Amino acid sequence: MADKLTIIVCIKQVPGITEIKINPETNTLIREGIENIINPFDTYAIEEGVRLKERFLSDTNNINSDIQVIAISMGPPQSKEILKEAISLGVDNGILLSDRAFAGSDTWATAYTLSKAIKKIEGWKIIILGKQTLDGDTGQVGPELAQILNIPFLGYASKIVEIDKNKIIIKRLMEDRYETFEMKLPVAISVGKDINIPRIPSLRGKMKAKSADIPVWDNKHLGLDEKECGLNGSYTQVIKIFTPEHKHEIKIIKGTPEEQVNEIYSRLKELNLI
Amino acid sequence: MEIKVDIQKCTGCGICKNYCMYDAIEIINKKAIINENCIYCGACVESCKYNAIEITSDNKIEKDFSDYKGVCVFLETHDNKIIDVGFELLSTGKILANNLGVNLSAVLICDNEPLNLYDVFKFGLNELFFVKSNIFINNTDDIFAKALVQVINKYKPEIFLAGATMFGRTLIPKVAAIIKTGLTADCTALSIDNDKKILLQTRPTFGGNILATIVTKNSRPQMATVRPHVMEIKYENKTNDTDNNQNNNNEKGLSLSDYRNKIKYIEIDESKFKTKYKLISKEKETEEKINLNDYDVIVSGGRGLGGADKFKMLKELAELLGGVVGASRAAVDSNWISYPHQVGQTGKTVNPKLYIAVGISGAIQHLAGMQTSDMIIAINKDPNAPIFKVANYGIVGDMFDIIPKLINKIKAGKPII
Amino acid sequence: MRYLLTEEQKMIVEICRRIVEERIIPVRAELDEKMIFPAEIIAEIGRSDLFRLFIPEKYGGMGTGIFEVCLATEELSRGDLSVATTYAASGLGFIPIILMGSEEQKERYLPQLASGEKLAAFGLTEADAGSDVSAIRTTAVKDGNYYILNGTKQWITNGGEADIYTVFAKTDPSRGARGVSAFIVEKGTEGFEFGKKENKLGIRASATRELIFNDCKVPKENLISKEGMGFIIIMKTFDQSRPAVGAQAVGVAQAALEEALNYSKIRFQFDSSISSFQAIQHMLADMATNVEAARSLVYYTAQAIDNGEKDISRLSAMSKLFASDMAMKVTTDAVQIFGGYGFMKDYPVEKMMRDAKITQIYEGTNQIQRNIIALDLIKKGFI
Repeated sequence: MADKLTIIVCIKQVPGITEIKINPETNTLIREGIENIINPFDTYAIEEGVRLKERFLSDTNNINSDIQVIAISMGPPQSKEILKEAISLGVDNGILLSDRAFAGSDTWATAYTLSKAIKKIEGWKIIILGKQTLDGDTGQVGPELAQILNIPFLGYASKIVEIDKNKIIIKRLMEDRYETFEMKLPVAISVGKDINIPRIPSLRGKMKAKSADIPVWDNKHLGLDEKECGLNGSYTQVIKIFTPEHKHEIKIIKGTPEEQVNEIYSRLKELNLI
Repeated sequence: MEIKVDIQKCTGCGICKNYCMYDAIEIINKKAIINENCIYCGACVESCKYNAIEITSDNKIEKDFSDYKGVCVFLETHDNKIIDVGFELLSTGKILANNLGVNLSAVLICDNEPLNLYDVFKFGLNELFFVKSNIFINNTDDIFAKALVQVINKYKPEIFLAGATMFGRTLIPKVAAIIKTGLTADCTALSIDNDKKILLQTRPTFGGNILATIVTKNSRPQMATVRPHVMEIKYENKTNDTDNNQNNNNEKGLSLSDYRNKIKYIEIDESKFKTKYKLISKEKETEEKINLNDYDVIVSGGRGLGGADKFKMLKELAELLGGVVGASRAAVDSNWISYPHQVGQTGKTVNPKLYIAVGISGAIQHLAGMQTSDMIIAINKDPNAPIFKVANYGIVGDMFDIIPKLINKIKAGKPII
Repeated sequence: MRYLLTEEQKMIVEICRRIVEERIIPVRAELDEKMIFPAEIIAEIGRSDLFRLFIPEKYGGMGTGIFEVCLATEELSRGDLSVATTYAASGLGFIPIILMGSEEQKERYLPQLASGEKLAAFGLTEADAGSDVSAIRTTAVKDGNYYILNGTKQWITNGGEADIYTVFAKTDPSRGARGVSAFIVEKGTEGFEFGKKENKLGIRASATRELIFNDCKVPKENLISKEGMGFIIIMKTFDQSRPAVGAQAVGVAQAALEEALNYSKIRFQFDSSISSFQAIQHMLADMATNVEAARSLVYYTAQAIDNGEKDISRLSAMSKLFASDMAMKVTTDAVQIFGGYGFMKDYPVEKMMRDAKITQIYEGTNQIQRNIIALDLIKKGFI
């Protein structure tokens, strides 16, 4: 009997807002042309999950293990797309948690819903998340999820030094220092850009993704009390959204490049910098 | 919970559709229709001039939180010192506490007495909870969380603040998950709603393009993490002090024993504090020790530079001014320069005396990280670049011409050593 | 998409574009300047299954046609011709095995070439034998179960980087071109060494080296097909591979055109963008038209091959000839549109111009292509 070893990668679909534009007259966002993408940090999580599987497979001790990488996402039905993309990058299967009852979840409600889904998956040993999302940018779901599952969480992993079926050794970069920790599995970790370079999807991966069937787990499947999920299950609530205003006076320095340079030079002098 | 469009009020103007980042609004027959992509973020509600959109959540019984009182701040230490964000939070916490007419307290968890311990009393702190034990030698968040939970459950502050440092951002969510309360990450502004006496937590989302104000509904404490360098450090104004510390807080300051009286040591049962993390090694990072906040001058480059080698001229200029090179996300994403140089929402928030932006168009996510700089000079060939909206001085021109000329001028003006 | 591509073909293009944007463009200038072989990029191309395209499924490939190979080559060439050349040269090295190799040879060599784990190379050219194959001096003398190879191959793309070499040597020097045979020689075989890495005008990041055979013992099982089949193998291989050289030319020309177009819109002279001047507009129009014409010919040729058209030498030569002459012209014009800036290494167009030149020379100079076309035309007329 092959024992199951499952690596779970949590990913989120976000609006790709790196190139966002603002209408200067109305001070509103221009939504047009923004595509939905995998949260950029999650692509590092996917890559690390796939690499871990490859690492396990290359170890002859695991010859009898059934090793798989599962990507989970929570969001509207269109989030299936990013799960397919994850499959094109080497993930074995995707699961979408989608239900109107989940909408409006804050980080706690998201972590709680994810925890319920993960508990239904066999053999999970490692959960990998991107260190934060592009839209919410909180980085809270990982540690909250780990706490709910009562497993250790290590943020900002920059290298998985060692791993076997029982333990993991991780090096991480904090503000000004590296720390290396050993933990017993299962664990949850979050990763940033320094851990790997995500691969480009393979042609066979893309073909597999195209025909992949993504199961959708709704609340009927997870069985959460409606009071525990979505907006109702959230401890925090957004009460106001607004665009920051910049009121400002600017002096445009005109003239030849030489005149412009002279003007900056005198400003720098005033600041006692030269 | 429901989101509704009042079709009487809706004019089909489509502004809400533009505001929605999740493709959740369609305009059909001149009316806004909200589809299943909606995540109830509320952006459309705010955007609608006609008040036609409404989100209703299930009415909950208002809980009684009268036993939660006071503002409490977590003081993170590093290298045996309380780090600056702790003092920033004490300054902000004091304002909130004064507003609510409650006490300001703080929690300190460490293995030793920090060298700058007594600085915490410069902010009108009423009480310091000190959990002192050798087990806290490393930043292992599980036992820190346990200690914090113990303090919070015992002293029940209504507001709990911590720094959004790397440690804080993993520790505090654990605490919130154990206590089962709301937590708002990375706040840039905190205030009190005077009617409801609740904490209004404002934070940037979408890379700083949008600000969201968040409240903690039906749980306490109201927890928030705050970015370092965002809040100002403000010492208590001693002469105008009107709170009950007035008598003690005279010009000469308190004596050491007065301070000692404000420290409450929290006893813990060490046998119950077993961490699941085994520290194998800890080393100072040496490869790239760039901390943008250590410099008064930052010369930043963006996409307009066009390549990694172009950063050389910025580096030269920065060094002449005693500063450091920064970069926009576009430049970092293009691998022209490493991540520690990145300024902006996803990089560092900085406020130097002088910020020179070269070839940076000024995506809002970048502006969010540097617009509080004392002086901003922007050089860009596009006169419509948003960077000019925050700059004090702007030059519309060719940076490849101007920067070398400026370098030469500074060099020429320098006495030869 | 202007051409009617299948889902799979679109995926190939998407993958190559990402490799170009994310992996090639950020480093291409440095690789060129320092002549660094793009090993990491080639590994990524391997991981993306692009080496699997033309190789039959039975041997770990994806069994596509030459058209798919051309799509991939064109897109990679948009990023960097050194990378595309390295990619295409491996194909050139393994096409003889696919076309004429024994079952054992295919099983042994193709899977590791399909995965990109190993690269192949094509060892034909010598100092005195370029266009004239019959002048090959490298010899292969049969000795029991081995052939003993002696001689030196010159300017071999992927030399030193490849693990598997298709090498052409004379088994019967008296028979001229008909005395040439093809062998598979593995890197590391005793008596097989590499000469210096050449310093080139263009495609500087690609590896170009001598292959030196000094009493090199090659097992007789490594003979491809039969003795004396070498020339036929060469011709059949080139018939298949020439459209890919055409695709390289289309790719590099497309890249130069895009650069020139973008630049013409942001470069202001006399208070107007230079794209508003008719002199520039007409250049851009000619460049775009020529790129499109070459692309059409390359695609048409590739599809003709994939449809099993037998007599394709003429068409194949035409696609290589037309596309490479076009690429030289278009990249030169792109430099012209950039003016003085185009002459500087700060912009990528001078490199594209240097790179484009090789497409007129390798895999049969354009003079040889004209010979092939003319002879075929005179012999067969219009079929």
